[in-house]
Amino acid sequence: MKKLDRRTVLKGALGGAAIGVALPFLDVFLNSNGQALAATGQRVPVRFGTWIWGCGFVPERWVPTKTGKDYDLPPDLEPLKAYKSDLAIFSGYDVKLDGVANKPHITGCLGVRTGIPVPNESVRAPTIDVIIGDAISPGTRFSSIEVSTSGIDRSYSYRAAGSANPSEVSPVKLYQRIFGDGFQDPNAATFTPDPHTMVRKSVLSAVTEDRQRLMRAVGADDRRRLEEYFTSIRQLEDQLALQLQPPARVENFTKPDAPPSTPMDSEISNVMVTHKLMAGLLAKALQCNQTKVVNVLLSDTTSNLRRAGSSTTHHTLTHEEPVNATLGYQEQVGWFAQQSMVAWKDFLDALSSIKEGDGTLLDNCMIFAHSDCSIAKAHAVEGIPMMVAGRAGGRIRTGFHLAGGADPASRLGLTLQQAMGLQVERWGVQSMQTNRTITELMA
Amino acid sequence: MSKIEIHLRCAAQLTARSLTACFALGFVLPGAVSFAQVPSSEPPFAGAPPEVRRLTESQYRATVADIFGADVPVVGRFEHGLRAEGLLSVGTSEAGISAFSVEQYDASARGIAAEVLSEKRREQMVLCRPRSEKSFDAACAKQFVEHYGPLLFRRPLSAEEVKRYVRAAEAAQQRLGDFYQGLQFALAGMLVSPDFLVRIETVTPDPKHKGEVRLDPYSKATRLSYFLTDSTPDVELLRAAGAGELDTDAGLARQADRLIASPHFERAIRAFFEDMLEFDTFGELAKDPVIYPAFNSIVARDAQEQTLRTIVSLLVEQRGDYRDLFTTENTYLTRALGTVYRLPVATRNGWEKAQYPAGSGREGILTNISFLAFYSHPGRSSSTLRGKAIRQVFLCQAIPDPPNNVDFSVVQDSSNTAMPTARIRLEAHRTSPACAGCHRLMDPLGLTLENFDGLGAYRTQENGALIDASGTFDGKEYQGGSGLGQAIHDSPQTPRCLVDKMYRSAVGRKATPDEHPYVEYLNQTFQGDGYRVPDLMRAIAVSRTFYAVTLPKSVVNPPQRAAVQIPNGGRS
Repeated sequence: MKKLDRRTVLKGALGGAAIGVALPFLDVFLNSNGQALAATGQRVPVRFGTWIWGCGFVPERWVPTKTGKDYDLPPDLEPLKAYKSDLAIFSGYDVKLDGVANKPHITGCLGVRTGIPVPNESVRAPTIDVIIGDAISPGTRFSSIEVSTSGIDRSYSYRAAGSANPSEVSPVKLYQRIFGDGFQDPNAATFTPDPHTMVRKSVLSAVTEDRQRLMRAVGADDRRRLEEYFTSIRQLEDQLALQLQPPARVENFTKPDAPPSTPMDSEISNVMVTHKLMAGLLAKALQCNQTKVVNVLLSDTTSNLRRAGSSTTHHTLTHEEPVNATLGYQEQVGWFAQQSMVAWKDFLDALSSIKEGDGTLLDNCMIFAHSDCSIAKAHAVEGIPMMVAGRAGGRIRTGFHLAGGADPASRLGLTLQQAMGLQVERWGVQSMQTNRTITELMA
Repeated sequence: MSKIEIHLRCAAQLTARSLTACFALGFVLPGAVSFAQVPSSEPPFAGAPPEVRRLTESQYRATVADIFGADVPVVGRFEHGLRAEGLLSVGTSEAGISAFSVEQYDASARGIAAEVLSEKRREQMVLCRPRSEKSFDAACAKQFVEHYGPLLFRRPLSAEEVKRYVRAAEAAQQRLGDFYQGLQFALAGMLVSPDFLVRIETVTPDPKHKGEVRLDPYSKATRLSYFLTDSTPDVELLRAAGAGELDTDAGLARQADRLIASPHFERAIRAFFEDMLEFDTFGELAKDPVIYPAFNSIVARDAQEQTLRTIVSLLVEQRGDYRDLFTTENTYLTRALGTVYRLPVATRNGWEKAQYPAGSGREGILTNISFLAFYSHPGRSSSTLRGKAIRQVFLCQAIPDPPNNVDFSVVQDSSNTAMPTARIRLEAHRTSPACAGCHRLMDPLGLTLENFDGLGAYRTQENGALIDASGTFDGKEYQGGSGLGQAIHDSPQTPRCLVDKMYRSAVGRKATPDEHPYVEYLNQTFQGDGYRVPDLMRAIAVSRTFYAVTLPKSVVNPPQRAAVQIPNGGRS
């Protein structure tokens, strides 16, 4: 098949005049293997996401007794039954502290995400979503999108210490950011490049002309901070550059309606609604290539989730709820842990409800879900529950349970990077440093 | 052995001997150990590398209001500031600028620029008229850039910079066909420039000390201005900087006094206390509507404002004693607050002066709901959070994180579910050795506020059991919120903590060990002046230590700025 070159077709379209771009979405763009190809003739991109829930789990209600493909679903994994073959369950992987003070709910979370345990929020390396984003995001409108669904602006996505990529907490604002000003409907009948966009782009290049002077004037730490500023400006320039090109058509895409305004707090039924709305918007954003990386924080690592009328939060319960003598675990804590898995299922529903090629959006994603600790009442960072969902466009295999046997959690972080095509041989430091790929996950 | 070594050694011995393990894990306040000889004048200064600080949200807003007018809207959103050493103002020295922030700064910049150059404003904002709106008037564009550039960048622009933004205006006009749209995009560019968003200080060789450097006068003006007005240097301050007046003690004092006397000084006080009281996360405060039906976003907003009004009134209007904030019965109320305080408020919309009635258990800002509700859980009060906040926010004492593998056996004992009051529940922590060290510091303070529920409403019982609101602090026993306020008022640590935080806020970092004698000097000055905060800020603003700099690490040659023109007159 001869490759159609959209650029050639559209050459000269940038004068500012509206032109009808009658580019039919041709079936021939789907190749004979049934793999989806976008209208540009390129393979559908592989996307990456992370999904965090706070305060761990009740091991006996979550860890399957069997490993391998025929793993069982204990009560708290039961809500995920429909995704059994799309999920890889990782139990028994540790954050190795190497004597670093364990800051409850922080060290574990950032240890999993950076491969380096830290005694506070000062990460010593970028988080895995940023590492992967730097490799796959160029050319997309947003380098990543972060959301937090329990009413508080927290984020565990870091390029460097001191600057977490902030989370959207409101579905309405998330919608405005993605589908408001600056959004181009990929399937719109006409394309009109906005001359203001060209002006904005050239102004931004003027702003960055002084980069060298500024860099010379400041010390090393501040140079790193200014470097981040210039990286952010460059991303904005890339966004504008994209807006000057007609977007590639996207099959089955319709722009979503604006979400209703919802109460934003940590009461769990509100959180479930907010999370579902945001999951739907993120799925749409991934579908129409507004971003290739999403980070979801269902509940903060010190989970503030609570039930209506209850005087205690999920996190407080982990420390104060007595163990139920009959059940052998903290009953309410178990309930919150299970609800977290229900929310995780909602997230997977949002991705798999979108058809892409002969599969779903989920098939072209790799979503890494994890918590900050295993048993929250002890702030244990050994055996932090982790999962991987999706097929990454055929790059990974899922549908199994693997017991880590106290291996460092960084093995999974390393494997995820390799699955996304990054040339990385080892990752993490000290006891967390590893070159051992989890080959079971690689297709 | 140097003075500083002795100082540190004393601190270490004290720590080991008499403070708990909890404090040993934390940090010791600079100047916490008094010397036999008290410095009566400013000790020799050492300096630290120049500052590179992001504007805070309040500084950004104040700066835009001062330059363009208070009614020019700022449409972008601001990400949460980074809190370091207890303050967002210290975080400004450490925070980077994420892609999200740049997106939002860009949205704000475009909104501001569109408003400033709108048809209704342009005549007032642009001091020259173009020969024609359809062709480019380079002279008028240059005048525009030279007028707003120095106000935005807090220094004169180099000829190269002026040319760059004039070129941007010209390019925009060529594409869009309108002179004012050209200016609009040039202005938007300045508003997303790092020179505007970040206070990047410049040093010059110090003519008096060979081989050393000092702050360039515009960087000095910027430090002074953001410290005393939370905003950009005004035209008069830029003029004084250009004329070299800030390099003389008298010239500097004149400007400091002028700014302290200006209406903008109140803004600096508000910004400092909003930061110290951690009000930036107040918006995330959630209360269970079943348990606390009186709580809503109006109560949350007014609660913060109530405390800020009390602070401004006492510290600025009355020039009162800082410590009285913890004992004053004077306050301000709205109808919405009246429902929580159960006090009548005659004014329907707005604020009225009020007093906490004697015997109400309320006295001072620690019994305001901005404190009580803020440091509580969504469905109940928290003596631990309140006690921890008193230690960290007002006494500058760090409380470490809870240990891992805590033994909660007492709490977890299912036969022991009948624990009606917080005191009884917390007893469990305080009898467990792993928890006791820190909970002993937090809980007795917080428990004296147990007569206030998770929203801050008064109560005498919890779950049907009578509340015991007695406590001890520094070895003295006291009762309830009033007793607590008096105890904090009387603690020598209270004003020292304020001094420490004020200096941290002023320079965007902790005091260095070399500056501890200076902090001690400030402590003595503060005490000698009757604990008046404006006087403390003046003492900092006119001191040499405040402006002392060294070369930034790893910078070989200090940059030299070319001779540039001084702005002449402006709107602010």
